[in-house]
Amino acid sequence: MELAALNLVNATLNWVTSALDAPSARAVVFGVHIGGHLFVEVLLLVVILFLLSQKSYKPPKRPLTKKEIDELCDEWVPESLIPSITQEMLSEPPVLESAAGPCTVINGKEVVNFASANYLGFVGHEKLLESCTSALEKYGVGSCGPRGFYGTIDVHLDCEARIAKFLGTHDSILYSYGLSTMFSAIPCFCKKGDIIVVDEGVHWGIQNGLYLSRSTIVYFKHNDMESLEKTLEKITSENQRAKKLRRYIVVEAVYQCSVVIGMNKPMIVHSLLKWSRRHGNCKVQWVNVDDTLFWLVQNSGQIAPLDKIIRLKEKYRFRVLLDETNSFGVLGHTGRGLTEYCGVPIEKIDIVTAAMGHALATEGGFCTGSARVIDHQRLSSSGYVFSASLPPYLASAAITAIDVLEENPYLTLKLKENIAILWKGLSDIQGLSIASNPESPIVFLVLEKSTGSVKGDLQLLEDISDRALKQESIYVVASKRSTLDRCPLPVGIRLFVSAAHSEPDLHKACESLKRVAAAMLRAHGGKS
Amino acid sequence: MITIPYLTALSTYFSYGLLFAFGQFRDFFRKIFDWWQASNLQGYAPICLGLEDFYIRRLYLRIQDCFGRPIASAPDAWFDVVERYSNDNNKTLKRTEKISRCLNLGSYNYLGFAAADEYCTPRVIDSLNRFSASTCSTRVDGGTTTLHKELEDCVANFVGKPAAVVFGMGYVTNSAILPVIIGKGGLIISDSLNHNSIVNGARGSGATIRVFQHNTPSHLEKVLREQIAEGQPRTHRPWKKIIVVVEGIYSMEGELCKLPEIVTVCKKYKAYVYLDEAHSIGAVGKTGRGVCELLGVDTADVDIMMGTFTKSFGSCGGYIAGSKELIQYLKYTCPAHLYATSISPPAAQQIISSIKVILGEDGSSRGAQKLARIRENSNFFRSELQKMGFEVLGDNDSPVMPIMLYNPAKIPAFSRECLKQNIAVVTVAFPATPLLLARARICISASHTKEDLLKALEVISQVGDLVGIKYFPAEPKKQLQHQEQQPGKDTIKLE
Repeated sequence: MELAALNLVNATLNWVTSALDAPSARAVVFGVHIGGHLFVEVLLLVVILFLLSQKSYKPPKRPLTKKEIDELCDEWVPESLIPSITQEMLSEPPVLESAAGPCTVINGKEVVNFASANYLGFVGHEKLLESCTSALEKYGVGSCGPRGFYGTIDVHLDCEARIAKFLGTHDSILYSYGLSTMFSAIPCFCKKGDIIVVDEGVHWGIQNGLYLSRSTIVYFKHNDMESLEKTLEKITSENQRAKKLRRYIVVEAVYQCSVVIGMNKPMIVHSLLKWSRRHGNCKVQWVNVDDTLFWLVQNSGQIAPLDKIIRLKEKYRFRVLLDETNSFGVLGHTGRGLTEYCGVPIEKIDIVTAAMGHALATEGGFCTGSARVIDHQRLSSSGYVFSASLPPYLASAAITAIDVLEENPYLTLKLKENIAILWKGLSDIQGLSIASNPESPIVFLVLEKSTGSVKGDLQLLEDISDRALKQESIYVVASKRSTLDRCPLPVGIRLFVSAAHSEPDLHKACESLKRVAAAMLRAHGGKS
Repeated sequence: MITIPYLTALSTYFSYGLLFAFGQFRDFFRKIFDWWQASNLQGYAPICLGLEDFYIRRLYLRIQDCFGRPIASAPDAWFDVVERYSNDNNKTLKRTEKISRCLNLGSYNYLGFAAADEYCTPRVIDSLNRFSASTCSTRVDGGTTTLHKELEDCVANFVGKPAAVVFGMGYVTNSAILPVIIGKGGLIISDSLNHNSIVNGARGSGATIRVFQHNTPSHLEKVLREQIAEGQPRTHRPWKKIIVVVEGIYSMEGELCKLPEIVTVCKKYKAYVYLDEAHSIGAVGKTGRGVCELLGVDTADVDIMMGTFTKSFGSCGGYIAGSKELIQYLKYTCPAHLYATSISPPAAQQIISSIKVILGEDGSSRGAQKLARIRENSNFFRSELQKMGFEVLGDNDSPVMPIMLYNPAKIPAFSRECLKQNIAVVTVAFPATPLLLARARICISASHTKEDLLKALEVISQVGDLVGIKYFPAEPKKQLQHQEQQPGKDTIKLE
């Protein structure tokens, strides 16, 4: 048995060996001996190549068919264009029946007007009205074209030259609307990749300009120079290699709003002590909302410390953009604005913008600076190139206003006196406290004890201002904000002081406000 | 669609190439010169980097005298252009005391309200004396006068919508309204040739922006279907809302928008329509009510109608008209209403008075006459120019007429030659138009008389021959009623 199996195995082996040793398997190709094992290897290679050449399995791409797209389009339901109207949206502002001067007529009654930013009292001034009338008769109302296409009228060029001469700069450029000045000037110089350091409390025009410029934006705490220094330090150390990076600081001269800083309890006491030591003229108030203590910084109407900003700017090599809307014509002993007030030469500020709708009692805005800055804006600023120019009568009103201001510098003194009278009268008002800088033309009153919610505060302040208007004939306004505004505005009552307000009016206003505030807070205290 | 002859395209490219090369050459030498001289920037980055203002410095400054010409009178049919001279090869231009009286073919004065008008001006001066030049405050804070209320009612009535809100500047109207009604998660589909204010407003809103081919409703439909099916980018969530933005008359083309088709498409796909009637309100339509009237579209189908008062009403400012709820919502949230000074009272009175004249409520038929005159003038002028062989864009009835120039050298040539013969025209080049398609834009007004137009035609024809812009063959004078246009051979179609 074993012998037979052994014989079989031997025979198989012999057969295989002979097959592999067959003459065909042993060929000589190009002097190379080819053995039979090469067959197997070649076969293996062929199999590998075949597998590699096969495509990997991908699920087939099936674009949507027309029917499916139709179904999706039918199913899609858009949101309504606007959210539903709530009660507070229906409120209408009071309608004036005469010019917005220091006294105006509302609903047939004469009221003292603290709601117009008519700082120097130019509304209704005869010289302005005269120049407007002659301009209207000569040029008509509108300018009918953008500046590049026959919309440049000689009064525009005269106005620009006059502003530049008044402020002592090289040149200036006129915009046809105050709000568009900042949001056209900023994207002109700041593009993607540049860095802008900006105060938290700037108004919507600046915020929109920053957003449109697509640069990197860093906020620093409202009017806090230490925070500014820290931010500048951080940015400079992070970007040391970037030589071509343009860096800007944007501040407003007089802020129209202030800021709410939210912190949790452990940090509050420490920061509070540090803060109150630094800022003597501020009051701190505790508001408890949802277990987080909100610390109201009552510094709206605050004036930016320009000299400190200039020192920081020179140290870290930043350029400064200054918005002088509420300080042009107000600060400084000849009304030249914040630079005169702080004693800084205007060449140190790179770009100064202002809206003319406040002290100068016309519309529009201007931007001033060095020749290079202004020339660049004439072709790349979208609000200048793609929009119709300022109506010529408003430009001639601006020239007259500056002439009057230059001839009568006592107007700024009168304004300061009025602000001081109002401060004295309102300093002991019950339930409200003044939160603005003593030199600012906007006197900002906030509630000492909040109702607990921003909405409730706003309602109370609106009630106070309504009552003041209806019963006491004093027109003041509560601050309003848009849903688009990023800066967390405080709510308060604003009084715009004018040089044309007379003393009896101011005293009357103080008395009336005290009465109304006391009455309303008593009523409200009784309700809650 | 503009067909540009092959040779012209070639020569235009060549001219721009030459100018670019020269510009780079001069920049190179300037760099060497500056490096040799000490720089006074002291560590600050230059305020304008590299190629950002290359176009301005090297191309625009050569022909700067054709733009921004100051005038010394009202922009009426005839006005005074101030002459300027330059000592440093057009880098700075200085005014002289000399003026030349020219025919105005450039200002937006469609109905002739630009100069002092017998009905409007006395009322404007009255309102100036009553309300002063400005209210110095925002609309919500004591800037609303009885005049503003009257104005809004008047505008809403005129446009054909329940309510309207008025702002002090047209540009700001677009920039501040779009962010309020749409935000992140929404889609804005805008025409490829929309105005810069719409583009800015759309960017500022944070919504996604898609563009459809100029005035092509079929492409709009394709984009809408694609976008609704795909949803928001990356997350594919459904869009919150879709707004389609179109203009009534496109200011660089003079074309009317194909509004009925676009409104049908939008209704089918539930998108909202935003119509910007900056150039068409007051200028087209039987009673001047804009493209909706002209093309027979019901105003209730257009959700938001926007327009400006600068062009046909001779004033300034912009408006938004829509349903009562929309306007109430806008008055509550729009930053231009809450933070910006209200429109100047004399300007408001001018708008009210001019609307009254247009509607005939002042007791005369001047409004109807003006509307008829502007229609006649535009159609006459356009057909005459086309007969002469110029390439004129735009539809019939539109008062805006661009004449194609193409070549960068012809821009200053046309402008300066016309000025020498006392015709003031506006020439437009890059970046307001595509690089190759420079043009001269004519705006007809109702205050142009027949003699004015004939003089203008004569001068333009002469200058056209001199400069060489009659791209089409002229019609012989004693020929038939309709003109035959035969574009030259080997044309390239540019869209």
